[in-house]
Amino acid sequence: MKKILPASYDEMLDADGSVRSAYAGYCQWHDEQPADLLRRKGSEAEAFFRRTGITFNVYGNEDAEERLIPFDMVPRIITAQQWRKLSRGIEQRVRALNAFLHDLYHRQEIVRSGRLPARLLKNNVAFLPEMVGFTPPGGVYTHIVGIDLVRTGEDDFMVLEDNARTPSGVSYMLENRETMMAMFPELFTRVRVREVSDYPRRLARSLAACAPPACDRKKPLVAVLTPGIYNSAYFEHAFLADQMGAELVEGSDLRVENGRIAMRTTRGYEPIDVLYRRVDDEYLDPLTFNPNSVLGVTGIMDVYRAGGITIANAPGTGIADDKAIYSFMPEIVEFYTGEKPILQNVPTWRCSEPEALKYVLDNLSELVVKEVHGSGGYGMLIGPTSSKRELVAFEAKLRARPENYIAQPTLALSTVPILTKAGLAPRHVDLRPFVLVSPNGIDITPGGLTRVALKKGSLVVNSSQGGGTKDSWVLDD
Amino acid sequence: MLGRSANGIFWLFRYLERAENISRLIEAGFRMALTRSASDATDEWRSLIVTLGLRQAFEARHGTEYTGPHVFNFILRDKDNPGSILAITEGARTNARMVRGGITREVWESVNDGWMQLRDALARPVTETRLGAVLDLVRRQSTQVRGAMEGTMLRNEIYNFARMGSFIERADNTARILDVKYYVLLPSVSYVGSSLDNVQWENVLRSVAGERAYRWLNAGRMDPRGIAEFLILDERFPRSLAFCYSKLRSNLASLAREYGNEMHSHEILRDADCQFHTATIEGIFEQGLHEFIGKFIRANTALALQIQRDYRFTE
Repeated sequence: MKKILPASYDEMLDADGSVRSAYAGYCQWHDEQPADLLRRKGSEAEAFFRRTGITFNVYGNEDAEERLIPFDMVPRIITAQQWRKLSRGIEQRVRALNAFLHDLYHRQEIVRSGRLPARLLKNNVAFLPEMVGFTPPGGVYTHIVGIDLVRTGEDDFMVLEDNARTPSGVSYMLENRETMMAMFPELFTRVRVREVSDYPRRLARSLAACAPPACDRKKPLVAVLTPGIYNSAYFEHAFLADQMGAELVEGSDLRVENGRIAMRTTRGYEPIDVLYRRVDDEYLDPLTFNPNSVLGVTGIMDVYRAGGITIANAPGTGIADDKAIYSFMPEIVEFYTGEKPILQNVPTWRCSEPEALKYVLDNLSELVVKEVHGSGGYGMLIGPTSSKRELVAFEAKLRARPENYIAQPTLALSTVPILTKAGLAPRHVDLRPFVLVSPNGIDITPGGLTRVALKKGSLVVNSSQGGGTKDSWVLDD
Repeated sequence: MLGRSANGIFWLFRYLERAENISRLIEAGFRMALTRSASDATDEWRSLIVTLGLRQAFEARHGTEYTGPHVFNFILRDKDNPGSILAITEGARTNARMVRGGITREVWESVNDGWMQLRDALARPVTETRLGAVLDLVRRQSTQVRGAMEGTMLRNEIYNFARMGSFIERADNTARILDVKYYVLLPSVSYVGSSLDNVQWENVLRSVAGERAYRWLNAGRMDPRGIAEFLILDERFPRSLAFCYSKLRSNLASLAREYGNEMHSHEILRDADCQFHTATIEGIFEQGLHEFIGKFIRANTALALQIQRDYRFTE
């Protein structure tokens, strides 16, 4: 039997069905548009995306080698006031993440103080012994962070996940805005929305500020390392390189030369200063990590540790967004900032703890259970929408390897309307703001990427599982 | 720029050029087949497969049944043919994706748009009725990409690598067509001039989109020496070997200016280009047309390899 989810907070309409202030300007414009205009524009936008090649690849699905992430034309709107509070919380969290990473790879004060169990680091593949005792250029670990937020009420934003490895999706944030501005220019003259388009420039500046000791250029040379055109996020890699004016390189373009990482150009080998890598730690250096990798550069870790190159994000940052670590984030934020966390965590049961496991097993049909190392919405259980058989099967997995799972209550994610054939209809959303870190400070682009579950009632917003995206607006004061 | 990107842009334009030339070959073959008896039509279709070096692959698939639809579907879209127009166009698009940052939005969109249309058009077998429209699509894509490039791309190294890809490929294709048809052009002692030969000669010209230009320049006279001279030595005709090489020379020269030094490929090209200024068609026929073309194709391949080596296309 399926349980009814608790009522969700709708970001456009209040309980009486009147429009909330954030959406006042938009709704007024929306009501003035002819009924079929938005839908027509929707197919225009899709044709536009196909032609320009904004697609992503889905692994294991040959027929749909390149698919579009569906784009919904109704924006997700956040007021200036809400954003101020959110960005304070995000900044605090990102500051803590970097301090935490530095501590983990040096003195491990947080473990010594007893706030973080040492067992979480032992045998954790995300913790890289190669990084112990090494400080990355500029002291920055997470040059780019994506903080996944969910909302359950007027003032209730919670962090669902910290993406400290290689967060993706920023190209959709940028293209969604471009598309909206191209389709509805007059809308932007009526509602003042904060700019996102300078993200690539800020990213380039932020990366250049982290040049390694060996860099002898005034303007450091930045390159984006992609696994290649068959990677699901290749469009984004090419897009960002293009927008930053950086080279888009693959492992086969690079080699170690005179203690630097150099790329093969038509004129010879040229050293790279900062490598924005979109290749996982595991594949970065066959000499240090996966010996079968052809995506990385042999010897890059030695060059890195000798100050010959900056790798962004630093190897080993994955330990900070590990789901087992996640449940300790409130303590981590307090430990390193000396402040109460501004953004709350989603309450989390660590199945490795016997009492928590018992609770989770007793209430499985009401909880969301995630794999500690999983991502992309794969391998998770959403209790309330799962069948009896799925629940039984998952229970067996849980009992077999409890330490592999965490559980959270099924959240009543907030909703924002999407455009359907029958008009506007509410769908669940989350928000991923993008954060840049450099020695000069923390820079948060207003808004971020709103992901939306397109199926009615669905809570899974991942693009790999049929989710879509929306343009995300932060209103100007 | 990255060596890999130079390789990508070079092959993007080689593939586009190749697809365009193959489509023209099919069209000329189709026209010949329509005007001939059934057995001669079969010969014509077979000769098309031979020109493209596909005989073994085709016969493995269809035996010796050289019917029109078998032949043009094999060339256009057969999965057993790794050099099909569909595969080549896909290859062009893959390369364009790889060098997306080096080409303008207009160039990318015309490549991508052309590929999407062609993929749809080739999703099912092509009938004789649809053949013309499909071939048109292939040529239109090539024309559009070329136009987008002319109109929007910086005249820098990327442009030069793109052009070199086009002209290396075009010279190769023109030479190959000549090579397969050279016996048609060989004036024999007993030559009296039959209408059949006239049609064959015209067909050679049609394969390289040269029949109108040739007629215009020669006031309608058809003779094999004239045609061979036109395709090999006439610098005014954009698909002649001499034209391709004069372009290659200017693109390589502008690359040398940009980089501040010449490479080994400059030397090779200087020698190769020189022969077009000193050679006469009489000399070529004396040496043997077949030998001349064979030598040219080998030298052209060697030049392409040298460019790839000089500019570090691969490791």
